[in-house]
Amino acid sequence: MYLKILLIACLTLSPLQSLAADAEYGYPIPGSLEATIIGTPASLMPVFTGKMRTRPLVLEVLPGRKKPPVFFYDEGLRCNFAYQKQKAPLVFLIAGAGAGERSAKITSMMRALYEAGFHVITLPSPTHANFIISASRSGIPGDLTEDAADLYFAMEVAWEQVREEIEVSSFHLGGYSLGAAQAAFVAKLDEEQRIFDFRKVLMVNPPVSVYNSAIRIEELLNRIPGGSRKQGVFFNRMLSKFSEFYRYGNFAAINDEFLYAIYSERLFSQEETAGLIGLTYRINLAGMIFASDVITNSGYVVPKNRVLHSTSPLSDYFQVSTHISFFDYFNEYFYPYFQSRRPGLTKEALVASQTLKSIEGYLKSSNKFGLMANENDFILDKAEIDYLRRLFGERARIYPRGGHLGNLEYKDNVAYMVDFFKGQGVQP
Amino acid sequence: MMCVTRDKLCRIILTATVTFSLAGCAAIRGNTSAEVPARHTIDEFRDQRFAEVADPWERFNRGMYRFNYYFDKYLFIPVVNGYEFVTPDFIEERISGVYGNLGEVRNLANSVFQLKGKESVTTLGRFVTNSTIGLAGMFDPATKIGLKRRNQDFGKTLGYWGAASGPYLVLPILGPSSVRDTAGFATDSAITYGAYAAVAPFGDSPNMDRGITALGAVDARHQQDFRYYESGYPFEYNMVRFIYHEQREIESHKQLPETDQEPATSIFPAGGS
Repeated sequence: MYLKILLIACLTLSPLQSLAADAEYGYPIPGSLEATIIGTPASLMPVFTGKMRTRPLVLEVLPGRKKPPVFFYDEGLRCNFAYQKQKAPLVFLIAGAGAGERSAKITSMMRALYEAGFHVITLPSPTHANFIISASRSGIPGDLTEDAADLYFAMEVAWEQVREEIEVSSFHLGGYSLGAAQAAFVAKLDEEQRIFDFRKVLMVNPPVSVYNSAIRIEELLNRIPGGSRKQGVFFNRMLSKFSEFYRYGNFAAINDEFLYAIYSERLFSQEETAGLIGLTYRINLAGMIFASDVITNSGYVVPKNRVLHSTSPLSDYFQVSTHISFFDYFNEYFYPYFQSRRPGLTKEALVASQTLKSIEGYLKSSNKFGLMANENDFILDKAEIDYLRRLFGERARIYPRGGHLGNLEYKDNVAYMVDFFKGQGVQP
Repeated sequence: MMCVTRDKLCRIILTATVTFSLAGCAAIRGNTSAEVPARHTIDEFRDQRFAEVADPWERFNRGMYRFNYYFDKYLFIPVVNGYEFVTPDFIEERISGVYGNLGEVRNLANSVFQLKGKESVTTLGRFVTNSTIGLAGMFDPATKIGLKRRNQDFGKTLGYWGAASGPYLVLPILGPSSVRDTAGFATDSAITYGAYAAVAPFGDSPNMDRGITALGAVDARHQQDFRYYESGYPFEYNMVRFIYHEQREIESHKQLPETDQEPATSIFPAGGS
């Protein structure tokens, strides 16, 4: 929460009025990083008044899984389930990197689809600790093919759990960010297994190459003095800046008024804004690394064979895990694991398998797909945007701005998403 | 330099202690395999620690955090859910308003303790307006006429006058706190209890008092979205601790120390790239 406030706080660009450029698209925030942090102003979101019937699902996906005592609270894979009284299509939604089944973004997608008459089940990202502990068979997240298989299996278990309660006419699938890339791989698997026979699959702001996109996020942290190895110094400096600003301003509380003041006074520079996004990503990644290391007993950041308990202090592991970059994880942990299972696997081949390109024949030929992307999404470069445009052709809707997921809740985007699933979009 | 040496010494002692105690554990458990050092340890990074809070009683606190999780799960949240189920939203809001209005007594007392004249007048104005026109706080006309709520408590008052927060402390049921805020809470409870007694809408029936207190607790939990371990993030305890501490520090307007806080946050001692 605080971190989020801190992030919302570092709004650096000039206020909203300055941009009449792209007249027909009304999402107001021009900068990529700013849009990513600020998201959509509440007044530009659609208003939903109806009541949403939901209940949490806690699924035993891997019955034999031994859970270390430090994760005593993890009782199974957690999904969120919204159900209609009448017969309706069911949409599975996959959250983005590090996000849980109740993250703000996935919940707002769920809300919109529920309002439009769909049943919805949200799943945490395979990079979220809960998924690693309760649903990942290898315990080592990040491989699109394996994560998709785990997701598919988890969806089957979820479906078994609810099939008596609801009437389903057809199945759809959606995901945002990393979850969008995973959705593509899940859909491909479904072509073989045919359990759901997904009618439509929506990808929102996917990476084209997971590796390339991770590089771009890591680069944000390199803009701070001393680079990512000095992120602690950076964090503490930003924090003092934040609290001093509060102290001199006579604010009533850390509330919207205070945050707006930070925005209008441009408290944080462009580099600092980038650094804060990069740091948030690292804090997320740390949870993934730690959970994976503990569940596999790999001895990466926690000594091998050490048993952590519910009361064990974890601060040192937190500090260490946040200092591990995506490259460290990839080179020292992820790649060796896959290499040991598939001798002769090169790093280049592994990187290449984490791309949409690796299944482009399928993506090109299947007309069940829809794509939403933003021209200025900082996890993509120009060539990748062009690639998406070529790959998806008319099935792609590429917005001029919105950063990474910043316009996800903007009313036009929400309407497009709902229309896509309702069927005015692509027909199978 | 001195500091670093001492730090190193502490670390050696600490490591030795930890090793011995773990060796003890291993001996008790018998068949546990030997530990192998992790590939990455804290000694390789030369950076400040961040998002850290003094927490010498961490094991106790984590135990209490876990206790609260179970308390919530098996008792408190089911009761709150039952309350939400039987009570229409409109009534819930009115009840929250009444308790919020009683809380103004605490806000007022503490603005006065902090000698904040303007704020005290505002809070007094709010209390009078909402108690009368607002029907004992069921409605909030004060905000509409520009009298904004300023939450104050004795913990903040102590902080305002320079008392350090002291170690982090997780209280049973109430959750994250600090030594200072716990002392503050005791004082505030006395003030609030005094306010209840003064109003005494039901005379002095002890059962009624208990009922009012219990409803207040349910209402407070109802207004709070937080659920223990819901984030699923393995370092949730650390994050909650940091956020609680920092928000209190910032909102109590405590003077920051003049020098930068490196000794307090402690630097990783050893080398690295």
